Amino acid sequence: MDRALRILLAKPGLDGHDRGIKVVARALRDAGCEVIYTGLHQTPEMIVTAAVQEDVDAIGLSILSGAHNALFPRIVEMLRERGVGDIVVFGGGVIPEADIPGLLSAGIQKIFSPGASLGEIVQWVRENVRPRGVAA
Amino acid sequence: MLKETLSGIPIKDVYGPDDLTGWFPQQALGRPGEYPFTRGIHPTMYRGRLWTMRQFAGFGAAEDANRRFHYLLSQGQTGLSVAFDMPTLMGYDSDHPRAFGEVGREGVAVDSLADMEILFKDIPLDHVTTSMTINAPANVLLALYVAVAERQGIRRDQLGGTTQTDMLKEFIAQKEWIVPPRPSMRLIQDMLVFGARELPRWNVISISGYHIREAGSTAVQELAFTLADGIAYVEAGLAAGLDVDAFAPRLSFFFDVHNDFFEEIAKLRAARRMWARIMRERFGARNPRSWWLRTHAQTAGVSLTAQQPLNNIARVALQALAAVLGGTQSLHTNSMDETYALPTEEAVTVALRTQQILAWESDVVSSADPFGGSYFVEALTNQVEEAAWASIKRIDELGGMVAAVEAGYPQREIADASFRFQQQVERGERVIVGVNDFVMAEETHIPTLHIDPEVEWRQIERTRRLRGERDGAVVARRLEALRRAAEGSDNTMEHVLECVRAYATLGEICGVLKKVYGEYREPAII
Repeated sequence: MDRALRILLAKPGLDGHDRGIKVVARALRDAGCEVIYTGLHQTPEMIVTAAVQEDVDAIGLSILSGAHNALFPRIVEMLRERGVGDIVVFGGGVIPEADIPGLLSAGIQKIFSPGASLGEIVQWVRENVRPRGVAA
Repeated sequence: MLKETLSGIPIKDVYGPDDLTGWFPQQALGRPGEYPFTRGIHPTMYRGRLWTMRQFAGFGAAEDANRRFHYLLSQGQTGLSVAFDMPTLMGYDSDHPRAFGEVGREGVAVDSLADMEILFKDIPLDHVTTSMTINAPANVLLALYVAVAERQGIRRDQLGGTTQTDMLKEFIAQKEWIVPPRPSMRLIQDMLVFGARELPRWNVISISGYHIREAGSTAVQELAFTLADGIAYVEAGLAAGLDVDAFAPRLSFFFDVHNDFFEEIAKLRAARRMWARIMRERFGARNPRSWWLRTHAQTAGVSLTAQQPLNNIARVALQALAAVLGGTQSLHTNSMDETYALPTEEAVTVALRTQQILAWESDVVSSADPFGGSYFVEALTNQVEEAAWASIKRIDELGGMVAAVEAGYPQREIADASFRFQQQVERGERVIVGVNDFVMAEETHIPTLHIDPEVEWRQIERTRRLRGERDGAVVARRLEALRRAAEGSDNTMEHVLECVRAYATLGEICGVLKKVYGEYREPAII
């Protein structure tokens, strides 16, 4: 790998549950990624703008309010509109199994259910995220 | 395996008299119902009266939540507890762009008195007590409740219940805020004064450790930060000119009850003893009711696992048992399916039945504080207390909790503790059944509650219609009066009440406060 992966971790929507995302942020940082955390209560517009400005390779979304079906697909859609549809999007939170297929088909590449381990998340990022603009 | 509590207090193989040298039951315990209330605030505890079984509920539009309330009351629940959706918690109306996708999802949507009237339809507010988990716009929801009661013909002194109103723990852990910490404290002062004057049975603030713990703190941090928050609210009440005994008896608490059975019991016992001392010695309260730490407890949502979800029933039962043995006044038991979604009616019923089994079958209610005098539990109570005092001292040195929050101190402590815990789990030093041990290959298919996305559109429609039908000139006048009160020193509560009576919306009222005080932005700390 030519350079460290740049990952934007973001909290779309209004819920303030940031325990999970902060723990994931530290784990990814410890695994050698450059982690940028947006903070709470972000709109899809704010997240997409941050991703473009920071030129990230992937975005990790966390939501625990049940608004995932509305907000996750909108973020993917906006990335495509901005011409950066190659940014990998993954997410987690309180997300019922039944909602996962819909999210995957909307272009979110992976949903981590509650109980996913840090090891699992780090490994998935290593295997599925590549530095953008660098030949694989 | 670690031989220490979840707070990191080492545990010995066995405890005996040597662990309690210099410890005198007369001073450290008293009898149940006596200072310092270590053994409980009532002489006969649950023999006299069981705890209140209070399941937190709310989703969809007001009609949906009202239906769930009627169901829970018909099943023997004795008090209501309202969950609001995220836009309501943040002071946005359902038709605000920031509310997109969130309306009715994690609680019920309330935009105005029109919604509140539906929410409490056919529920006699003089016969139930209602707890509302609402913080940043707590003043608005309290005003709405009083306004609904007015329409039902119920006097203010008959209204019993709680608004959470604990903004300090919002800035520390739960993170649903509107205006910055200092103006938040001013609005709370207005509520304390209003409550002391008008609502003798209302708990204006429920000082909450629950969210601090769920955000990843240890039991000791939960205890210390919560009591330090309590100290800040008492100071705020005093600064507003209230006599301590005029409002302290209406302060109540809310703690988490996690998996570490004995440490949780020790925490609740230590909490009562510490608060009694704080109120009597630090603040000079003379009314014994000011010394009481009355508390609600909830089992630990964060301890539930997505894997093998039926196991959660056992976890909840053990945590509920600890809450009861710790002497709680009311209890919410979580449902097995809550890592996936809001609970189904069946899952909620099992959770309520768990409390009923404890109350009616197990006979753990017959004798007050059955662990009193146990070498281990008493030693642990002492150690938890000692560690919590050290942390409170640190917060005092930082200038109290408001200053500590502004400096990010408790926020950082919690983030560190949660990462430490997660690493222990990942290394297998802490076993979580079904997660890092006793794992099975499984396909989890449990039924989950589905919330119709149509709810959002119906709710938006209702609020838009309301804006067209009400008298806009009256609304504008009353919002302007509120603005002047917020800028000056008039108590804002009566003005908020005037606004809600005119069907001003939550978002409009909070909008006025944002204009006057600004919006809070948290520095993002990993």
